[in-house]
Amino acid sequence: MLEIKNLHASVEDKNILRGIDLQVNPGEVHAIMGPNGSGKSTLASVIAGKEEYEVTEGNILLEGEDIEELAAEERAHKGVFLSFQYPVEIPGVTVTNFIKTAINETRKARGLDDMPAKDMLKMIREKSEMLEIDRKFLSRSLNEGFSGGEKKRNEIFQMAILEPKLAILDETDSGLDIDALRIVANGVNKLKNKDNAVIVITHYQRLLDHIVPDFVHVMYEGRIVKSGGKELAHQLEEKGYDWIKEEVNA
Amino acid sequence: MSKYTEDDLREELKTKEYEYGFYTDIDSETFPNGLNEDIVRAISKKKEEPQWMTDWRLEAFRAWQDMEEPEWANVNYKKPDFQDIAYYSAPVAVDPNKTLDDVDPDLLAMYKKLGISVDEQKKMNNVAMDIVVDSVSVATTFKKTLSEKGIIFMSISEAIKEHPELVKKYMGTIVPQKDNFYAALNSAVFSDGSFCYIPKGVRCPMELSTYFRINQAGTGQFERTLVIADEGSYVSYLEGCTAPSRDENQLHAAVVELIALDDAEIKYSTVQNWYPGNAEGKGGVFNFVTKRGLCEKNAKISWTQVETGSAVTWKYPSCVLKGDNSIGEFYSIAVTNNYQQADTGTKMIHLGKNTRSTIISKGISAGKSQNSYRGLVKINPNADHARNFSQCDSLLMGNECGAHTFPYIEAKNKTAQIEHEATTSKIGEDQIFYCNQRGIDTEKAIALIVNGFSKEVLNKLPMEFAVEAQKLLEISLEGSVG
Repeated sequence: MLEIKNLHASVEDKNILRGIDLQVNPGEVHAIMGPNGSGKSTLASVIAGKEEYEVTEGNILLEGEDIEELAAEERAHKGVFLSFQYPVEIPGVTVTNFIKTAINETRKARGLDDMPAKDMLKMIREKSEMLEIDRKFLSRSLNEGFSGGEKKRNEIFQMAILEPKLAILDETDSGLDIDALRIVANGVNKLKNKDNAVIVITHYQRLLDHIVPDFVHVMYEGRIVKSGGKELAHQLEEKGYDWIKEEVNA
Repeated sequence: MSKYTEDDLREELKTKEYEYGFYTDIDSETFPNGLNEDIVRAISKKKEEPQWMTDWRLEAFRAWQDMEEPEWANVNYKKPDFQDIAYYSAPVAVDPNKTLDDVDPDLLAMYKKLGISVDEQKKMNNVAMDIVVDSVSVATTFKKTLSEKGIIFMSISEAIKEHPELVKKYMGTIVPQKDNFYAALNSAVFSDGSFCYIPKGVRCPMELSTYFRINQAGTGQFERTLVIADEGSYVSYLEGCTAPSRDENQLHAAVVELIALDDAEIKYSTVQNWYPGNAEGKGGVFNFVTKRGLCEKNAKISWTQVETGSAVTWKYPSCVLKGDNSIGEFYSIAVTNNYQQADTGTKMIHLGKNTRSTIISKGISAGKSQNSYRGLVKINPNADHARNFSQCDSLLMGNECGAHTFPYIEAKNKTAQIEHEATTSKIGEDQIFYCNQRGIDTEKAIALIVNGFSKEVLNKLPMEFAVEAQKLLEISLEGSVG
């Protein structure tokens, strides 16, 4: 699904990623953990194709195809989805209108006609029920005045609708209370299948109690310095990151 | 990033040129350049006007000669040489007595290019249309349907001949001949425009529409519109404008007067898409327009404008709220790109008691353009319990454009309630990336953001017009980011 080889990336001449190797297969859930400033969110942005980041070395392959020359929207059309840590507000554009535009632009890129309104309505209804989203929410301006929890739920709602091959959840748990966390995690679990993959970026174990990872990676200073199974997350929860730093610096 | 070669760039620029910039080669009769009393007389004679009209024009001309071009607006341009403009140009094939079938086929082809086939307009839409090319009104559709209701909708030239009592009674009452430099010029040389009268208690069953087009080189367009809604009547009026792409600047100085008598309502919508000049700021239309409406008791006037064209815009559609309980509204979207300059807004003059006004202005600036909102809310001593709400929002794209707000408030009555809100925001890279990540490319993302920003105003436009306006916003801002 996703193969990252020796990835180096910088922003404004500052090296942030210094040689990332990562292999994600269909059906897998990977967790990326690590202290603040270790490069987790940068990795997410680079995979999604944010312009400000320059890939200086290495490759990103999606289903065997090199995607680092592609624009962000082209990567999206190929099935890359990023749930943002800080979703932006777009005043005057309703959630429904935004979703409709996203669906139809993606369909257009794949050579399909606009989705018939009836189908879209049905899909929006199903997915909003799955994520316990109130109908009124759909007519509000995108993220404007949303609580932290509403913003994150809206991200997962869009994920549910766009059905990506590779979903990257960047700190989706931050700002969520326990109930919202459970709803969001259930949503992600329902969307998971043998053909897609999920990368969960998080500081804390608590989201991983709900979305159980197959692999856990620890990032530090722009590299993956340790990988393991889900028990690694528990270890980090107990001991913090200092022992990892010591191992690396030793 | 996907590869973006020089060829791609060139190709992209090609498709982004002003869509309406064609020139149609139709035979025209054009007066020699320059302006003096003889030209004013000649225009009047050409139009077979009665003596009172000729005198009215001459009075305006004499006043104009002593006036100076206003300089207070936040715009910079080389002043037009008023002696180097032709003040009358008419397609010769036009004869007001002919029917549509007799219209010059080239002219009809031009309407097609503009997307306004007259035939189709007639059949498909519930829109009665008057089309003014250069100086002359060439076709007024739906005349018969309207006349059954007693509605008069015709060119102003015809109205001067057929309904002199109405024209004489109202023309120049809201925008006097000497109101300002451009209004005086227009009063002297106006060549055509539209006239509309809705009788007492009649609700006009369709949108009335005028389409303005400057075709001939070196000509000015000076149209004059007069809309009178008699007691208890209602009309919705639409106005659209385009011009060919030319290197030199063209002058457009129009006057629009609206009169809403007791309990009447006029909704006046404009989509202004005059040629804005090229990307380097060469050419484009100077759009110096005076629009004003008068509200009698319980009357309502609502101005909605989408301004995307013109090199320089100077325009303040206003309401004089004379009657008690009358309402004035101004909804505006002004887009400037490249080197365009716009200084636009409104004046709400509260004279009567319990008068209310609402101002919603949305300015969008891109490229190296300058976009100013200028508005006056004036509450006179007798206007007890007058209320105004103003909201001025600016959206900036890039770092080289400017947005300015000049709100003036004069309240001379203690019971007045005036609210003013203003915001300035910028389309952020984060917003664009967010859209990109959902599969929406940058052009489309900007259109989405701009439409969201303008929504309150777009919602005020009649349906068919709203769609056109939305498209126009997209076209105007294409290539403005990157």
